[in-house]
Amino acid sequence: MLEITVNDISYQLDVEPDTPLLWVVRDELKLKGTKFGCGMAQCGACTVHLDGVPIRSCVTPVSSVAGRSITTIEGIGEQSENQQTAKLDKKLHVVQQAWIDEQVPQCGYCQSGQVMSAVALLEKNPQPTDDDIDKAMVGNVCRCGMYGRIRTAIHSASAKLAKKIILIPSDEQPAQGSLSQTKAEGSINPTIAEGS
Amino acid sequence: MGKWTRRAFLTTGALVGGGLIVGVAIRPGHRTPKLAGLVEKDGETLVNAWVKILPDNSIRVIVPHAEMGQGVHTVLPMMLADEMDADWKTVSMEQAPADDEYASKDIVREFALPSQAPGMVEDTLNGVFLKIAQTMSLQITGGSFSVRGTGTWSMRVAGAAAREILIEAAADEWQVPSSEIRAENSYLFHDKSNKSEPFIAFAKAAAGKQGPTQPKLKTPDQFKIMGKHVERFDIPAKVDGSAVFGVDIELPGMKYACVKSAPVFGNTVSSIDSVAAEEMAGFIKLVNLGSGVGVIADSYWQAKKALDKVKVTYTENDSNRASSETMFEQFGKSMDAAIADGNEEDDFKVGNARKVLAKSKKVIEAEYRVPHLAHATMEPMNCTAWAHDGQLEIWAGLQNPLGIRNLLADQFELDRDSIVINNVYLGGGFGRRAMDDYPVQGAKLALALPGVPVKMIWSREEDTQQDFYRPAIMSRFKASLGVNGLPEAWENQFVDKHEPVEAPTIPYAVENQYIHYTDSPTHIRFGPWRSVDHTQHAFFTESFIDELAAQAGADPYQYRYDLLSHDLRARKVLEAAANMANWGSPLPDGWGQGIALHRSFNSIVAQVVDLDMSSGKPRVATVYCAADPGFAMSSDGFKAQMESGIIYGLTAALYGEINIKDGAVVESNFHNYKMLRMNDAPTIEVEIINSGDTSLGGGGEPGTPPIAPALTNAIFATTGKRVRQLPVSKHL
Repeated sequence: MLEITVNDISYQLDVEPDTPLLWVVRDELKLKGTKFGCGMAQCGACTVHLDGVPIRSCVTPVSSVAGRSITTIEGIGEQSENQQTAKLDKKLHVVQQAWIDEQVPQCGYCQSGQVMSAVALLEKNPQPTDDDIDKAMVGNVCRCGMYGRIRTAIHSASAKLAKKIILIPSDEQPAQGSLSQTKAEGSINPTIAEGS
Repeated sequence: MGKWTRRAFLTTGALVGGGLIVGVAIRPGHRTPKLAGLVEKDGETLVNAWVKILPDNSIRVIVPHAEMGQGVHTVLPMMLADEMDADWKTVSMEQAPADDEYASKDIVREFALPSQAPGMVEDTLNGVFLKIAQTMSLQITGGSFSVRGTGTWSMRVAGAAAREILIEAAADEWQVPSSEIRAENSYLFHDKSNKSEPFIAFAKAAAGKQGPTQPKLKTPDQFKIMGKHVERFDIPAKVDGSAVFGVDIELPGMKYACVKSAPVFGNTVSSIDSVAAEEMAGFIKLVNLGSGVGVIADSYWQAKKALDKVKVTYTENDSNRASSETMFEQFGKSMDAAIADGNEEDDFKVGNARKVLAKSKKVIEAEYRVPHLAHATMEPMNCTAWAHDGQLEIWAGLQNPLGIRNLLADQFELDRDSIVINNVYLGGGFGRRAMDDYPVQGAKLALALPGVPVKMIWSREEDTQQDFYRPAIMSRFKASLGVNGLPEAWENQFVDKHEPVEAPTIPYAVENQYIHYTDSPTHIRFGPWRSVDHTQHAFFTESFIDELAAQAGADPYQYRYDLLSHDLRARKVLEAAANMANWGSPLPDGWGQGIALHRSFNSIVAQVVDLDMSSGKPRVATVYCAADPGFAMSSDGFKAQMESGIIYGLTAALYGEINIKDGAVVESNFHNYKMLRMNDAPTIEVEIINSGDTSLGGGGEPGTPPIAPALTNAIFATTGKRVRQLPVSKHL
């Protein structure tokens, strides 16, 4: 048995330890938003966050992330308790909303991974340049070719976040240093270069 | 528009390529209990085959095409809703079932000539189910056809018919002339008596009525939804991870399968050693698929690991010695032989090109080649199947669900009614998901384990190596120029003629043309790849015309412009692209521009590439794209399709190459089948020209063909080097 935390929920799992995190998330936890694309960290469709850092879950053995905290596409929206219904209201992340505003997805299959990479980029670097976007997004293939819209959406999300940050009192600002920059064991560098 | 009949209200119209499309708008037979049973739920009223009115007066449009990102699930409802005068805020859609009622099979059999099915249908499908159906199927999603075919001939007509039936019902109810009733935002109004009621108030009465013989369609100035920027229905689910693709199907007690087919097409399983695999945890069953093997296990990872332990040998044949090099040698020999023996297959002939060339002092010659290409959809092929209770149920993303249903019935000798196809979102199609291999495999695996749902997922390696590839072909040109520098003779010989038939033709006025081909088949299976034959031929013809301009010492834009005096529509598109790009204005050192124009699927597209070669390597900075589809039904949707088509074609032009060695595909995954990524994606500017041409053009494919020659023409303009073989990364 091993324990992992996914979207703030802790799970005890009985799976073969070499099983990639991707298949655990999809088939054991039934979180299907994270996609299988290549199985060798070449396309980014399987991108999730490990303690806030984007990794390719298709090449990450689940045993290597035991005890760690994972966030998937299903976990990035803001959740708040609705006082009237006592149910959880789910609000889209500003990046997801920008994706809708710019009408980014076509087939949509790569977009969970694209959104996860973009969210991680903006958490680390709220005002990315085009060059920063290139570096952060180079590992995510979009076969429908929506790179231009992705770039525009990242800039527009960045602009919205900047406004938001100004509105938040300084002690509540998301601390930039809170994101771990260290690579987790078994994880993949988020800005994987294209294959040779 | 064709003749309306008593039995069915039909529209017919000519399609590019000489095809004929027949769409059923509405007919009494479509209100049979069967149809209602398929799509009508409690409280809903099916007004005709394509539209339901729900109890809350909202409108549900039934869409017979697959959504693969092209936006068809939104644009078809836009077309119907506009004609119906429905309130767009209340319009939703549902996927039509894979059933004959949502194909035109019987209609075509009765009213049209089966031999006139559009070329794209014959090309995108295996002959097997064409033989079964002996017809076309309106459930095919391909050929940039959905809007111009189903949209024009079914959705708009059905929407207009629904509006007219509702008005007629209201006229009866209100006892006023129908001409005094108007429809707006899902309400009917009789202004004189100040009456208004929602559509739903008349739904029941309307559904009992015979449809109009010929509903009146709106003219573009009356459009309220068509042509506008409308947000797509499918996008919200594609940003929060909730969209269900084939690979996401979840069924109780489901097992997983991985497959591996013979690396060489045509080889079959000779022996299997599964001893080690059977020892693996979770192993359930090994299935001999004939062309390969599949392993079913408790989990995907277990199935994959067990499959890796299976040792399979395959029968061999001559194909095992084929390579990309031997194929091109073969093409060359076939072409030489055809000319030596006078066996050319004529494709297009005007004037006497051979005679003019024979007399010419200078003949310009060039040979062009393109390699095989894989589709590489982001979602690898997959299929979930479940043989239970006398049924075979399939879940997959399919570009032709009805064809698959027919094929499975035939292949497994099952009653068609016992096969249920559930079509879901396609994680990319590009023609690949019009093919039938993966649902057949999925069905075989499920039939080997009756009662248990089995989800088969291909590895990326399998997806890359078991594709239906864009065929490798080559073209040989000869031309001579007249005293004015313009071409007077054009000869083009190429290997292998597929669809669409007009792909090798040029838009330019050249008096003497001889276009001919030679068949030279290989064992590599091929299929439609975004724009089908247009990408290969546009690269060939738009490069060679550029060579002629250079020989004539002319500006490549002006040269094309001068050759288009007979086609002002095409000339306008060319001019628009040039204007967007400030053609001819000074550029930084090491930069250059290239232009190309191509007509496909009835849309005319011109593109200009701004190329930066200052680092010595090509970097496409900007692509300017002008496109005339007649009328773009969804402005942003059409623009998105141009952007997408450009990146797809640019990926192929820069990097795309499937090599064959020892009969098998060499490339296997994205590390060696390289994709264009964010860091080399150009800025793309699109200008839509709604010329108002009555015969609509497609959107999904026409953006792809011009980009490769626009790029290589820019390389020539910048470096003086003519790239006659793709990909650029290998041949520059």
